[in-house]
Amino acid sequence: MSRKTYRQAINEALAQEMRRDPTVVFMGEDNVGGMGAPGEDDAWGGVLGVTKGLMPEFGRERCLDTPISESAFIGAAVGAAATGLRPVAELMFVDFMGVCLDQIFNQAAKFRYMFGGKAVTPVVIRTMYGAGFRAASQHSQCLYPIFTHIPGLKVVMPSSPYEAKGLMIQAIRDDDPVIFLEHKVLYDDEEEVPDDPYTLPFGEANLTREGNDVTLVTLGRMVKFCNEVADKLEGDGIRCSVIDLRTTSPLDEDTILENAEETGRVVIVDESNPRCNIATDISALIAQNAFDALKAPIKMVTAPHTPPPFAPELEDLYIPDQAKIEAAVREVAAH
Amino acid sequence: MTKTTDSQIVARFEIEHTRYLDEQGQPCGELPEVAGNADLLRDAYRTMVLTRRYDGKALNLQRTGQIGTYGSSLGQEAVGIGFASAMTARDVLAPTYREFSAQLWRGVSITELLLYWGGDERGSDYSGPREDFPICVPIATHCCHAVGAAYAMKLRGEERAVVCVLGDGASSKGDFYESLNAAGVWHLPVVFIVINNQWAISVPRKRQSAAQTLAQKAIAGGIPGEQVDGNDFLAVHDRTAAALSKARAGGGAHLIEALTYRMGDHTTADDASRYRDAAEVEAHRADDPIARLRTFLEGRGLWDAQAEEALLKDCDQRIDKALEEYLATPPQPVEVLFDYLYAELPEALAEQRQQLLRESGDG
Repeated sequence: MSRKTYRQAINEALAQEMRRDPTVVFMGEDNVGGMGAPGEDDAWGGVLGVTKGLMPEFGRERCLDTPISESAFIGAAVGAAATGLRPVAELMFVDFMGVCLDQIFNQAAKFRYMFGGKAVTPVVIRTMYGAGFRAASQHSQCLYPIFTHIPGLKVVMPSSPYEAKGLMIQAIRDDDPVIFLEHKVLYDDEEEVPDDPYTLPFGEANLTREGNDVTLVTLGRMVKFCNEVADKLEGDGIRCSVIDLRTTSPLDEDTILENAEETGRVVIVDESNPRCNIATDISALIAQNAFDALKAPIKMVTAPHTPPPFAPELEDLYIPDQAKIEAAVREVAAH
Repeated sequence: MTKTTDSQIVARFEIEHTRYLDEQGQPCGELPEVAGNADLLRDAYRTMVLTRRYDGKALNLQRTGQIGTYGSSLGQEAVGIGFASAMTARDVLAPTYREFSAQLWRGVSITELLLYWGGDERGSDYSGPREDFPICVPIATHCCHAVGAAYAMKLRGEERAVVCVLGDGASSKGDFYESLNAAGVWHLPVVFIVINNQWAISVPRKRQSAAQTLAQKAIAGGIPGEQVDGNDFLAVHDRTAAALSKARAGGGAHLIEALTYRMGDHTTADDASRYRDAAEVEAHRADDPIARLRTFLEGRGLWDAQAEEALLKDCDQRIDKALEEYLATPPQPVEVLFDYLYAELPEALAEQRQQLLRESGDG
């Protein structure tokens, strides 16, 4: 056990799986960098440095710099997965998925089904998402609801370094296409992470706080905010449960419904835009299955339905923060 | 004339066009090695004829509502058999939706093809070539998969290659260009076959691209490109064999543009007479790839009317047997809708699966 950042945890997961299994490879833009001259090799390791340091151990054949051709290398990763490899492809920012979405939702997600159950497509598509990085509208979105909508994909959003390592190893070993979304503001977060490889299951939410008054359902970076709010409100006598979904596909419906039935008060915190997002989906799930247990209307805390702004003041306002979450919990608790 | 600037030609290219037999099946000059392989030639001819008989049957099945929308390969038989017969069993084919001849050659059964066109996903679970990709209907997206499969072969150090087949229309797509570029820069064992049948649904070749040839598109990706007469089995086979040998030996990717003509409609959902001049189609009818090879075979004493009669009978028997199997195949059970989706069905979906079973009366 040692302290590791979110970035290091993902890097370690990749390294350990590449050591264990020679079919694991990674590819993406600037995933390595340089041409082999001293000092310039392995210069980047991806734009935020997640894959840095892997190429010297595993070689350029398994650590692939790609041309700026998202469709080609995401499609190539899918094709390689269908023919025996376990590729981890980095789509730099989730905002770029538009240029290769066909490969993801028409191809990767449907290979097994359309090939009569024959195809195995163990591909992981890593991508960065989320606001708070001062990266403007085209590099800050939370587009995970789009992936969640598509049958055949698995969608993972680790909330901390410990979660990131265990979920990444699970993603690589999984036999289905996995979209692995890393929140770019979390990369320098640090916590105790086991040195040995371990997996965390998909479709099993993690209860990070337990309380009987209000249920907070959340994911990704918002888990941290919800934990902080839960800890603060405990002092005021409002005890919250916090459910870290870990994966939106598959979704752990049981944990959500059991907890919602217990508290009768639900706040869903989702950094994405509010139409057809995870918050609306879970809200519908609870309304349909646990309506009688509700003591207050379900409350959703999300970004507004606008692009993430570039202006720092506006971006801070855009992101659901602790103050907004706290206000929502107090409102629901007082109902 | 005095040069005022230091300008020079830094790159130039040429596109070679190959054909060994003319439209009448007569040798144009020296013939390639394959022309001496009587067994292969006869097998190729037989599979071309089988393809055409199957194709005609499939069209009738569509018209009588026994399969879904169907795209005929009429007139393109030589291309598919040409490249498929140059492949080894361990090579991998990434086809589009008009490569039945190649698929039949590689061991996909007629029953499987009928199942596929009849809307049964099990038709893509080939009993023969297990590693071949199934038919890709979206245009050019499979070019990227071919690149990935070739990368996997290269990484494992295997002497194999991928054959990726696409049409003239697909050569306009980004996925195609991106794949050429990646295959070039990664030096991968993949051969792209562009079947230029002159029509992308209703858009003719000249409205598809201003490029003089489609083969030259390879050059920008750092890959050699060439053209063959796609109605000449010998040319397609010989040039593909050369490209595949090079690719398997680590020589990198290659592109072959095969010139042919789509004699039929795009699919049964199309009526080409609305946009295509009947005289143009008639002009191409005289250049038939099957007749061309037959004339050549007969000229060498490798084929005769008696052999033809026996072949047609055999083809029809095989097709009738496959049709019986197809019609006798029970419909897909409803649970495959979920069972084919993930390696293990997530718990939340298990309930939906049960519900569907109940609704179908099976639960």
